[in-house]
Amino acid sequence: MTSLQTAPDTIAQARVRRLPRFAPAIAGAVALAAGTLLGISLGWNVAGIVVVAVLLYLVGLNIWSRLVENARAATDRMMTSLIWVALGLAFIPLVSLLYKVITKGAPQLNGRFLTWTMRNVIGEPGGIYHAIIGTLLITLAATVISVPVGLLSAIYLVEYGGESRMARWIRFLVDVMTGIPSIVAGLFAYALFAIVVGPGTQFGIGGGVALSLLMIPIVVRSTEEMLKLVPNDLREASYALGVPKWKTIVRVVLPTAMAGIITGVTLAIARVIGETAPLLIICGNTDSSNFNLFGGQMASLPVFIYSSYTQPGRNPEILQNMAWGGALVLIIIVMALNLIARIAGRIFAPKTGH
Amino acid sequence: MAKSIDVSDLNIYYGDFLAVEGVSMTIKARSVTAFIGPSGCGKSTFLRTLNRMHEVIPGAHVEGKVMVDGQSLYDPSVDPVEVRRMIGMVFQRPNPFPTMSIYENVLAGVRLNNKKLSKRDADDLVEKSLQGANLWNEVKDRLNKPGMGLSGGQQQRLCIARAIAVEPQILLMDEPCSALDPISTSAIEDLIHQLKEQYTIVIVTHNMQQAARVSEDTAFFNLAGAGKPGRLIEMNPTKKIFSVPDEEATEAYISGRFG
Ligand SMILES: Nc1ncnc2c1ncn2[C@@H]1O[C@H](COP(=O)(O)OP(=O)(O)OP(=O)(O)O)[C@@H](O)[C@H]1O
Ligand SMILES: [Mg+2]
Repeated sequence: MTSLQTAPDTIAQARVRRLPRFAPAIAGAVALAAGTLLGISLGWNVAGIVVVAVLLYLVGLNIWSRLVENARAATDRMMTSLIWVALGLAFIPLVSLLYKVITKGAPQLNGRFLTWTMRNVIGEPGGIYHAIIGTLLITLAATVISVPVGLLSAIYLVEYGGESRMARWIRFLVDVMTGIPSIVAGLFAYALFAIVVGPGTQFGIGGGVALSLLMIPIVVRSTEEMLKLVPNDLREASYALGVPKWKTIVRVVLPTAMAGIITGVTLAIARVIGETAPLLIICGNTDSSNFNLFGGQMASLPVFIYSSYTQPGRNPEILQNMAWGGALVLIIIVMALNLIARIAGRIFAPKTGH
Repeated sequence: MAKSIDVSDLNIYYGDFLAVEGVSMTIKARSVTAFIGPSGCGKSTFLRTLNRMHEVIPGAHVEGKVMVDGQSLYDPSVDPVEVRRMIGMVFQRPNPFPTMSIYENVLAGVRLNNKKLSKRDADDLVEKSLQGANLWNEVKDRLNKPGMGLSGGQQQRLCIARAIAVEPQILLMDEPCSALDPISTSAIEDLIHQLKEQYTIVIVTHNMQQAARVSEDTAFFNLAGAGKPGRLIEMNPTKKIFSVPDEEATEAYISGRFG
């Protein structure tokens, strides 16, 4: 063992004994075997065995390393192991959620499920076409409202407002908006259209308005961060060429930040697409497909899932299975959105290299 | 069509902070004028007032007069955007637009100013500007590659090409060679020699030899101490400044006994 206090005089002294490269794997296997033996003999379940195995692994590897290597290497191995454990813990809910949704939902996915509605379907599985259409239309409406508002607010905040009183107030209000509970957004939209259109109005665009209340602050904040990242040098370079400020923003600043802005918008969409409460209030629910955002109740995936599970009627088995299928479709849509965001980000990212 | 600049009694502020005080000078047309002086004495600040880039910074403003060929630069009726089209600027750090190719970078000033160019005219302008900036031979085969993919020195020359593509009458350069190797530096100095036939050039530099090599006139700025405003100490033909300067402080700075 080399001492940490004195510097080695030769490279030979700087060499330390190392554990073999596959030491963690050996320690892991031994710990797992020991944990399993112990667990079976004492009648524990899988969770207990895993916890004991992890603890054995942490302690065992630490001691082994301390004996063969040195204290610093042992601490290093300890920390590395702890980080992996933390990562594993974080993955447990994600993996088990996906596992559950996929095993329950995948058997539902077929042509009929995706292309039929629930209209006049009794006693047999129908389809969620109407809910998919509703979710896509309502989310599209929310995006069409939120992106211009959010983008322009962010441009104002970064490019014009600076630290002025107006800008500080807007920032404050946006932060307040971030905290609005989604049910309140739904009630707000419901009350708003009760005044504007008439009491009890339920239609798709109302859902778009409610969701946009939730989306706008996210779009403003993420776009603001992206615009702030654009180096001032670029703005000055553009001004120095005699380009007016607005055109500098449109042609230089926005393109430079475009990848990040698109990512932010997509994440905002992913955030609101699963909202249930506001849509339950302002969009209602229906069994048939409705392509008109401005008239009539509109189904959506989250509301479909909710009502199929809570009010399954006379065939609870069928409808609850369909709810799982709907959940899987919703997750697939969100994942597809994330994928699109990544691809778009790559396409629009400023290019370097050759 | 190069122009001369007359500055009288210019005070330059950042908010309440007086950064440069009482500058009066004449910058001759079709010649190179160098600004030298210790760090923080306000060379960049002063340079940026010559094309109204100074006021881009919130709270920044000036008092006094700047006349370009007899016209007041800070007259309320003068549009700063037009001024910057006429008086180009090259910055200390190369700053090509990252979303644009080399070709688009050169054309940026023209395109962003809404001028429609035929493909042929655009090609000609790109070639002419890149040749003017001594960069054509190095990039002519990869004009559609990103401007950020060039080396630092090439990027700086790309920025010069971009600045001269809008055909300004005056070119302001803030330490254009400070991040460059001797070969790129000498390429840019050669370029300055060519450009002064057509343009009025003002260059800030920390390199005395460079000032001596490229400029006709030299202005020496200094500041009395931290927090005090910078001042113009002396402006004279470069030959005189580097042999028999009028001021003690100039002599001290140039001979390295100071700063
Ligand atoms: N954006 C700004 N806001 C406030 N003060 C500034 C700003 N830019 C520069 N200053 C101040 O103005 C003074 C002059 O700065 P300037 O950048 O003009 O110096 P310089 O002569 O160009 O120095 P260098 O040789 O290091 O580039 C300094 O005191 C500096 O702190
Ligand atoms: Mg400077």
